[in-house]
Amino acid sequence: MATVTPDPQDTAHASDEHASGGGHAHPTDWLYVKVAIALAVLTAFEVFTYFESLHGWGDTALIIMLVLMMLVKFFLVVAFFMHLKFDAPIFWRLFMFGVVLAMAVYMLMLTAFRFW
Amino acid sequence: MADTMAAEAATHSAPREEHRTSTGISNEKLAMWVFLGSECLLFGGLISTYMFNKGRIGPGDIGPADVFDIPFTSVSSFVLLMSSLTMVFAVSSIVRGDLRGNRIWLATTAALGATFVAGQVYEFTAFYSEGLGFTTNLFGSSFYALTGFHGAHVTIGIIMLMSLFVMSLRGNLGPERAEKVEIIGLYWHFVDIVWIVIFTIVYLFPQ
Repeated sequence: MATVTPDPQDTAHASDEHASGGGHAHPTDWLYVKVAIALAVLTAFEVFTYFESLHGWGDTALIIMLVLMMLVKFFLVVAFFMHLKFDAPIFWRLFMFGVVLAMAVYMLMLTAFRFW
Repeated sequence: MADTMAAEAATHSAPREEHRTSTGISNEKLAMWVFLGSECLLFGGLISTYMFNKGRIGPGDIGPADVFDIPFTSVSSFVLLMSSLTMVFAVSSIVRGDLRGNRIWLATTAALGATFVAGQVYEFTAFYSEGLGFTTNLFGSSFYALTGFHGAHVTIGIIMLMSLFVMSLRGNLGPERAEKVEIIGLYWHFVDIVWIVIFTIVYLFPQ
C-alpha cells in the first residue's frame, strides 16, 4: 500500500481508502484545482512561447522550453489526477516501463532513418 | 434442505463488489495500467511517424504551417485539460458517496470531451476544405492518422463515461463501485496526457 505525503491540508480523505487495490488516499478537491490552474498556466505559456518564437527565438531554445513544459504537464496529470503519487508503486513502474520502452524504440527508429 | 439451498443461492446472487486480486492489488486496476503502458507504444509509433513525415512534402505542397490554427487548437487543448479536472471530481464525489455530484461531474466530463471531439471534426473539415486530404501527402496521412486515433480514443472514453452515467441513473453505481469510476478515469487522463504530447510536438514545435 502506498503511503500518502502527510500534508493534512491536501489529504483530507486519508481515511477514504476504498479498497481500490492497494487502496490509497484521495487528495482534496482544492489540490486538484491547484493542479488544474498550474496546467492552464503552463498551456497559456506554451502558446505564448509559440507566438513569441515569431519574433526571433531560436528553434532549439523554443523546442527545449516546450519539451520542459510538456514534461511538467505530463507528470502533473500522472502524479495527481491519475493518483500515481499516492498509489501502489507497481502502477508507476508498469506505466513508466511502457513510456520508456516506447521512447527507446522510436528514438532508435528515428535514428535508424537518420531523422536527427 | 430447500431453505438452505435458497439461502445459499441468495448469498451468491447478492450484489458484492469485492476486489479480485491475487497480488494484493486490484486485478482490474493492474490490467488498466498494463493496457495504458501498451498504449504508449501505439501513440509513440504514430507520433514518431508524424515527426518523420511532416517535412516530407513537395515544393508548393500543403504543409503544417499552411493549415494549423494555433489559437483554436489551444482552446480545444484547454477544454480537454479541464475535463481531467472534472473527471477527478467525479471520482472524489463517488468516493464520498455523493451520487448526484458524481452524475453531474460524469456528464460534465463527457460534455467537455464531446466539445473537444467536435472541435477536432471542425478542424478536419477546415483542413480538408483547404486541400489537405488523408492521401494528399505524407504529412496529411500521418497527421490524420495520429489525431484521428486520438479522437477515436476520446470518443470511446465518452461512451464509457455515458455508460457510467446511465448505470448511476439506474442505481447501479454506488460508492462500493468507486473503483470502476477511477479505472475509467485513468483511461480518460491517459487520453489527456497523450494530447499534451501531441499538442506540443505536432502543433507548437517549429514547422
